[in-house]
Amino acid sequence: MSAVKATAPATSGAYAIELKNVNVFYGEKLAVKDVNVNIQRQKITAFIGPSGCGKSTVLRALNRMNDLVLGARVAGEVIYNGQNLYGPNIDPVEVRRRIGMVFQKANPFPKSIYDNIAYGPRLLGIRGKQQLDDIVERSLKGAFLWDEVKNDLKKSGLALSGGQQQRLCIARAVAIEPDVILMDEPCSALDPIATQAIEELMRELVKTYTIVIVTHNMQQAQRVADFTAFFSIRKEMLNEGKDRRWGVLVEYAPTATIFNSPANEETERYIGGEFG
Amino acid sequence: MTDNTLDTQIDLVRDEGFYQTNLRSRKFRGNLWKNFFLLAIIVAFGALLALFYNIANSAFGYVVEDYAVNPTTLAPDGNLSALREDELIAILLEYQERRLPVYIRDYVFTGDPTQFTTLPVSEVLAGKWYPPETDALTIRDLTPAQQAEVLERNMDQAQMVTLITEQVVDPVVLESYTLVESIFNRPAIEAEFQEEFVEQGATLYFTSWVNLDFLTSPLSNNPAAAGARTAIIGTLLVVIVTICIAFPIGVGAAIYLEEYSDHQEGHFLTRMNRIIETNIRNLAGVPSIIYGLLGLAVFVRTLGGVTGGRTIISASLTMALLILPVIIINAQEALRAVPSSLRDASYGMGATKWQTIYKVVMPSAIPGILTGTILAMSRAIGETAPLIIVGASTFILFDPSSLQSRFTVLPILIYNWTSRPQPEFKNLAASAIIVLLVLLLILNATAIILRQRARKSLAS
Repeated sequence: MSAVKATAPATSGAYAIELKNVNVFYGEKLAVKDVNVNIQRQKITAFIGPSGCGKSTVLRALNRMNDLVLGARVAGEVIYNGQNLYGPNIDPVEVRRRIGMVFQKANPFPKSIYDNIAYGPRLLGIRGKQQLDDIVERSLKGAFLWDEVKNDLKKSGLALSGGQQQRLCIARAVAIEPDVILMDEPCSALDPIATQAIEELMRELVKTYTIVIVTHNMQQAQRVADFTAFFSIRKEMLNEGKDRRWGVLVEYAPTATIFNSPANEETERYIGGEFG
Repeated sequence: MTDNTLDTQIDLVRDEGFYQTNLRSRKFRGNLWKNFFLLAIIVAFGALLALFYNIANSAFGYVVEDYAVNPTTLAPDGNLSALREDELIAILLEYQERRLPVYIRDYVFTGDPTQFTTLPVSEVLAGKWYPPETDALTIRDLTPAQQAEVLERNMDQAQMVTLITEQVVDPVVLESYTLVESIFNRPAIEAEFQEEFVEQGATLYFTSWVNLDFLTSPLSNNPAAAGARTAIIGTLLVVIVTICIAFPIGVGAAIYLEEYSDHQEGHFLTRMNRIIETNIRNLAGVPSIIYGLLGLAVFVRTLGGVTGGRTIISASLTMALLILPVIIINAQEALRAVPSSLRDASYGMGATKWQTIYKVVMPSAIPGILTGTILAMSRAIGETAPLIIVGASTFILFDPSSLQSRFTVLPILIYNWTSRPQPEFKNLAASAIIVLLVLLLILNATAIILRQRARKSLAS
């Protein structure tokens, strides 16, 4: 089994992840069709689009989280550091160690704040107390959470507020120093102030990491993202009033372009609030 | 829908009289159900009280006791334990001279009882002390004094006290009264005692049938001397060994079914797993006596060479089979209740499947798994039918000393005692029920404390 490479080979250029003709199926059902996106290194890329357009599905395809869904199947290539993540001999465990994830609903473990952060490093086999202490401090500082919790590291992660929990989850993802961080609507359950904190954090993290975020909030995409991919739904009528729906990538461009002068008429209607 | 019918509907919503009429019947129905639920709890509580009343009524009360030989005539204050060995032997020699060989056979001799009287002393008492120059004689040829000396040199003091209590003092319960009689009808009891028993030299006293002697004495045919020690040890051993077998296997099976057995719809293994799960659920409802028959055929007969036949290990294996479905089903529920967001978080960090199960899923599921184990353990303590089939003894004199010992358990002892003719065994049965209930509470409390600690470590 070949290891997932930690660093990019010289040939891979500016792209962190390249999706080539990616199709995702759930069982027999096509969920997303022919997605081609090149995700820029150390930039924030936002996936936007109406509900059911498959943006979360594509995001989860990037670190093989779809493997955990029974019957899910990905066709096409997801190239990371010159390797196809869906190629033979690629271990999803290694993929996820390089490409971390933050979920829609904050999901700290029912353990102490310290143990939440130390979870990842311990998985990798780090046992030294001093080392773990350092990682915990650095990760919490990196997630702007250190000052708020440094005296309660033994407290349960569940005792924190919603916004703090989500930052804890980000700190937990950062603790194993991945290359890419995927965020699946990380602010959808948070109030505006907590959302602002997370957005500031993302702008800070992007100096070190590549970030891909799925969001329902177009203002958020406008505020934080360098690039934006707009997904939409295609449908085909079957007989007896049933239809078949799948998601497609409509337009992918720098955020300013998407919001100010979209090339596609459908993008313009969505940005203008006509549907979605 | 036309505007017209819509208006009628809205009129009904605005109709205050209609609202008030319905409000009364809504509240009435609510109260009716509330009272029914209250009644249910009263009935349940009443049944519990009746049970406790019944048990306590038999387990405590006045008894009239008589002795073949009053212990106060043997020792100061009747306290035999205070006597020295030679004094105890003197008592035996005085009252039971002719039965001394029997005691040598029961307490000293370890061979085949049928050859006891025919073999020479040197063989009967090989390795033990025996009088010099008597090698060729049989036990019967020894003088009573020599026989007494054999007993004195080869028994310890506690054994002699037990022996004398049973054989010389020989307490007999002449009459026993229930707790209710004892409390509310005391003058009548005393009158009856004065009239019928006092002349024989019997004594009347208030007693708790559950006492230290009851807990520490072995089984006996004499109700005054009978205790439950053998059955208590048997129950504890069977339950503990059962849990040690069933817990790891049950939790392991549940983890496999919940975490590892997922395959795609229509896959051959998916169908296999579904068949297995359905069967486990059905097994939980199979009558326990069927498990007894299975245990008899497999553990007692087929594997008799390993288990030793009708032994503790056979019983424990049978019980383990019986409670496995309960443990598996409850552990599966507990594992299923762990939110998938926690698994996602772990996998998203690059954890392997086993790391996720061991570090995230198990800690969250442990309280639920322990709840299931408590239920299973309670069932194992109370089960009687399968143990009768796999051969728990109704009467044994020796405590189980290993997993391959013969044994009895409290439910069987209770059943045995309630079916005896002497009324005193009813009192003893009630006492054994109290012991069984207390044992159940202690074992459950231990499991509950473990569960609370697991919960706390999740919450803190």
